[in-house]
Amino acid sequence: MSLSLLLTLVLVAAVPVFILGLFKARALGRDNPRLLHSRPGYYAGYVAIWSVLPAVFFVLVWSTAAPIAINSMIRGELPLQVLQRAGGQVSLIMGTIDSVARGLPFLTTAERTEIAANPAAIRDILGKAGVVLAAEPEPYVIAAADHLNSLRVTSRWLMTGVAAGLGILGFLFAFSRIRAEFRARNVVESVVRAALIAASTVAILTTVGIIMSVLIQSVAFFESVNIFSFLFGTVWDPRFAGAGDATAQGQFGLLPLLWGTLFISAIALVTAVPLGLFSAIYMSEYAHPKVRAVFKPLLEILAGIPTIVYGFFALITIGPFLRDTGALFGLQISATSALGAGLVMGIMIIPFVSSLSDDIISAVPQSLREGSFGLGATKSETIKLVVLPAALPGIVGAILLAGSRAIGETMIVVLAAGIAANLTINPLESVTTITVKIVSQLTGDLEFNTPQTLVAFALGLTLFVITLSLNVYALHIVRKYREQYE
Amino acid sequence: MTTVEMTRDAAAAPSRADAAKALAKRRKAAEWRFKAYGVGAIAISLAFLVILFTTIVGNGYPAFVQSSIKLDIFFDPAEIDPSGTKKVEDIRNANYPKLAANALEKLIGASGDRKARKDVTQLLSQGADIQLRNMVLKDPSLIGTTQPVWVIARANVDSLLKGSISRDTPEDRRQINDRQIGWIDKLVADGRLEKKFNTGLFTFGNSSEAETAGLAVALVGSFFMMATVLLLAVPLGVAAALYLQELAPKNRWTDLIEVNINNLAAVPSIVFGLLGLAVFINFAGLPRSASLVGGLVLTLMTLPTIIIATRAAVAAVPPSIREAALGVGASRMQTIFHHVLPLAMPGILTGTIIGLAKALGETAPLLMIGMVAFVIDVPSTPLDSATALPVQVYMWATEAQRGFVERTAAATLVLLGFMIAMNAVAIVLRQRFTRKW
Repeated sequence: MSLSLLLTLVLVAAVPVFILGLFKARALGRDNPRLLHSRPGYYAGYVAIWSVLPAVFFVLVWSTAAPIAINSMIRGELPLQVLQRAGGQVSLIMGTIDSVARGLPFLTTAERTEIAANPAAIRDILGKAGVVLAAEPEPYVIAAADHLNSLRVTSRWLMTGVAAGLGILGFLFAFSRIRAEFRARNVVESVVRAALIAASTVAILTTVGIIMSVLIQSVAFFESVNIFSFLFGTVWDPRFAGAGDATAQGQFGLLPLLWGTLFISAIALVTAVPLGLFSAIYMSEYAHPKVRAVFKPLLEILAGIPTIVYGFFALITIGPFLRDTGALFGLQISATSALGAGLVMGIMIIPFVSSLSDDIISAVPQSLREGSFGLGATKSETIKLVVLPAALPGIVGAILLAGSRAIGETMIVVLAAGIAANLTINPLESVTTITVKIVSQLTGDLEFNTPQTLVAFALGLTLFVITLSLNVYALHIVRKYREQYE
Repeated sequence: MTTVEMTRDAAAAPSRADAAKALAKRRKAAEWRFKAYGVGAIAISLAFLVILFTTIVGNGYPAFVQSSIKLDIFFDPAEIDPSGTKKVEDIRNANYPKLAANALEKLIGASGDRKARKDVTQLLSQGADIQLRNMVLKDPSLIGTTQPVWVIARANVDSLLKGSISRDTPEDRRQINDRQIGWIDKLVADGRLEKKFNTGLFTFGNSSEAETAGLAVALVGSFFMMATVLLLAVPLGVAAALYLQELAPKNRWTDLIEVNINNLAAVPSIVFGLLGLAVFINFAGLPRSASLVGGLVLTLMTLPTIIIATRAAVAAVPPSIREAALGVGASRMQTIFHHVLPLAMPGILTGTIIGLAKALGETAPLLMIGMVAFVIDVPSTPLDSATALPVQVYMWATEAQRGFVERTAAATLVLLGFMIAMNAVAIVLRQRFTRKW
């Protein structure tokens, strides 16, 4: 019985079990409901929990642990001279055993006797059954495959049997405990509470997972490439090794990529900050509430558009437009220029700057404004000289957060920016970014453990660290200076 | 005061007044300019929005119609069923392109030489083969009859009729030669070549030919992913938020979790893709390009959004509700699940829909886990190879054939349509059901 079928059955079994518990609890409380400590549903839930949870836990643990145990048993039975070969060879042999084991059940008895008599025919026979083998398998492989199959079948039956047993035992135990004075609700509620805590730890597990996975692969990368030549190298030229040429050395310098990222983000901020800030100022200080109610959501639409749409827009409209306009003025603007990519990215982050600044400006106490009016300042002078300086830390925080968003952006630059790593200060030329390179290093048919693929994790680690620091710093600034006006 | 000083003062007074007037004028002008900057900023931002929509709609709407040719196909029994037994193998292996080309040749009156034949074949899509075969397989009684069939024309014909291939380009630089253009014009004049609604955009899988490429695989893949996110992220997120908001003691551990969640919400999406690659594909061995893996990665990305939205919704429920529930005799769990949670539902739903809308548009993490896959058949389970709508846009955006530009724009419109619909639902929910306490 397959794993998913078993789990489904166990979970479905909770329903009749629940109903049985419900009947018993209701029966207990029929004469005087006040005698029952908890409502009948809790007793039923108690029974269901005891029937289902131990079985489910057992199945999960067994299905993870059993393959490992079976593997080591089979490995231990291999002939001695096989085990003494290199580790890679042994795992190859284990893989062959696995393939053969998968094909053996499809053979008829006639075919099996033929194999027993003539071991050399096994490759063809298995080939007809759909199992492709690279080489003629040695006789011990067939014996090991048979043993593997029988172990797996035994393990399955054991798992099913014990799970069923646990379920029945749990049910009997819990059912017998249903009594009027039994505090079922407390037990059920602590189980629910434990489930809620487990859900909360998923968030922590995600962060841990991100850090661990990126870190481990980056460490593997830094074993083949020196970390300083990565962090301070100025040439990005990963030679993709052809088949068989495992020693092709590439140069993995981060600086051109980092420069491209920062350059494009700077252009994006130069676009977004004036537009976003002035929009926010106008909407929070000058605009009529009805106008604000219409235009604020319109600006929010810019934030809701998927970034791939922006990338496509840059590809078919902005890129050619800039190139043709440049040709009019005699300038050589590349179709994938930093200017184009930065411009489109700036459009994307306008709503970030705008809505964050709007909140911050609205949070400045009205008393400051009124004091300034009382001294005779015009509205724009008040904003320029009183409100903005008061809101400045928050606005700087908003700009940093928007910048961090721009740095981590991928799809716009994949479609709109170039792929050649270029250390240039001319915005009309094409540059590439860290995120583009992560995508290009991983969307290819490469073996996983080559430096060319692992560098993507090192780049991801760099990106993660940069954006995390920016976010933490932005929050720190906002928190530190906000207190003065509360 | 001396006379000189008095004169000086008298002379200074009007100039002081003038100076004051001039200053007031400058300040008013500055005020006006400042307002103008604000209006200008909003106008420019909205102008970008309008330009974006106009170019995409302009590029995309032609893709919703597709040129098709009405051919009178003679289902030649000599070709399809030489033995006369209507064997399925024979029907399947027959040379349908030849039948279609024969029919077209007759229509346009082309000479039978090889070069003309090649030009004729190039007007028809390669999907015509499959179309005719399926027709005969479904109804073998067609063999020996002549039927009018609307067959899809090749992408170049379509591009010519829609104007992407210009007739003014010199012939040697064009994909279609002058003779073919003459035939096309004749077919249009005869009413045999028309643009029909492009149902293939929604029913075909991916293809290397623009005319037979469609979004079916992407739509199903995205649907599986959204279902996974809905089934996994919402319970986990709501459970976590309920614990953190209602039950957790205020200590360093819960502070850490909070900071953690806020940081996760700001992590670039591509890092989640790396996590998915390292954990789900390498470590757990799940199949690449499976929509289940995509769904799992998107779940992890959407979780912080849902947790933050749920916490805000739960926090907005006034304490009096909780105290009243406790006063009536409910336990803390019962208060949370029977009283607080239902009241916070609208906010939770809104946050969920917005989170789902964001997840629908995510591309970068899906690129990492191998969803850049050329999948022709619609996936039937979440473990089959699939692709997603935004990834499909990405794949088509880099195709060279002109027919793909309009298809990419059309796919973008479909994506935007979903986003607008989901956001509109969220806004309506928020306005209708949010209570002001």
